[in-house]
Amino acid sequence: MFELWQWQQLFSDWRVFAAGLGQTILASGLALVLSLVLGVFMGLFALVPLRALRWLNRVYVEVFQNTPLLVQTFFLYYGLPHAGITLPVLAVGVIALGVYTGAYIAEIVRAGVQAIPKGQYEAAYSQGFGYWATMRHIILPQAIRVALPPLTNQVVNLVKNSQILALIPGYDLMYQADSWTQQTLLYQPGYVTVAVLYLCLTLPLAHLARKLERMLARGRAEEVRPTVARASGSVPA
Amino acid sequence: MHALQVLFQPSSLTFLALGFGVTLEIAAATIALSFVGGIVLAVIRYSGDIHPDHRAAVAASRAALWWIEAIRNLPMLLLMLAMRFWSGLPPIWAAIAGMTLFTSAVMAEIVRGGLVSVDRGQWEAAFSQGMTSPQILWHIVLPQALRRMIPPIVSEFVTIIKDTSYAWGLGVIELTGSGAILLAKQPAAAMQLFAVIAAVYFVTNLALRAYSRRLERRYAAAAY
Repeated sequence: MFELWQWQQLFSDWRVFAAGLGQTILASGLALVLSLVLGVFMGLFALVPLRALRWLNRVYVEVFQNTPLLVQTFFLYYGLPHAGITLPVLAVGVIALGVYTGAYIAEIVRAGVQAIPKGQYEAAYSQGFGYWATMRHIILPQAIRVALPPLTNQVVNLVKNSQILALIPGYDLMYQADSWTQQTLLYQPGYVTVAVLYLCLTLPLAHLARKLERMLARGRAEEVRPTVARASGSVPA
Repeated sequence: MHALQVLFQPSSLTFLALGFGVTLEIAAATIALSFVGGIVLAVIRYSGDIHPDHRAAVAASRAALWWIEAIRNLPMLLLMLAMRFWSGLPPIWAAIAGMTLFTSAVMAEIVRGGLVSVDRGQWEAAFSQGMTSPQILWHIVLPQALRRMIPPIVSEFVTIIKDTSYAWGLGVIELTGSGAILLAKQPAAAMQLFAVIAAVYFVTNLALRAYSRRLERRYAAAAY
């Protein structure tokens, strides 16, 4: 692993790794857009008065959270051609990743909205806000703050999960690196480099999630503090 | 119709059942090992909080933090592949080792959340009674922490069961892998085949969740 020539060969083939990294970023980015759209709609479906939509939310979340992403991907990759639809690998990956992550985002959105106390709705209605105006101006802005840290964690998971593209003769960093190591038999430098590249993608996001979490905690404290200060008489109301 | 007939032949079903057995083996071994590994990592990580004046504890705590952060932000398949080609273990053990490496880091964060949620006053009270840190951990803090952590820990167990499917990437014929092999015999049955396999994972995980809800109720009742 510490032999210089191995690393020299790796660096001479750097294009393989760069291409793989680009593919992973592209697939993750597209899947993220899909998962956000699906997740927000499906999450809000859990909270509407229409029973059919609530059912749709439950079935979606339970099915996709309780079956492996790899099986879902195989279903699309090997199954769809027999239904007359043949998709490129990237499309299969984006759909599989997006729909899978969407199920987790739906739960985060639902929990975020449910975290807002009922009194907020009541206060808004008493001021003459309608349902949608309450949602848009009062509830959702607060819910987004609650949901942001776990959402960022899901983005980390999405990037890591793009590894499934390596198992459907594929299109991503892991696949490119794995074929490179199979050809050169340089397992150690190959996998170490992939690990470092993945960490370059995920660690900043994980760090951001922590920061958001701390900011959120501090934001709450600040909301409480002026009230306490006023009650204790140290700040003029 | 023909596709389904092939899929539901006794020999195919036996083959899938064997694969499911391997899936359960990998999952059970990973759950057991990473549960223990996660607790150990979490305790090391937490020791710096309890003994801020103890230099070794603080250093160990730092090291555990870096380890956990690095491992849980990597894709698991990479760890499994690395285990396969670096260690020379047979594929199934490489899969278990890679999964355990990853999952114990995830589990450590869950357990640490539980440890932190136990009031610090309990530590002080127990220290004042002359108990040592390991005694306090074992008799007072861990039981309370784990009880509170049942839902996220079970979610992680469900994730483990799903993640066993990556072992196919190392050539282990578990449930997903046995499906991939049957697929070669009957490519036209792909959708039905993977729908059946998905259903098996689904039912297994629902059963695990139902069991955990019962556990949770029992321990919640026992806590008061």
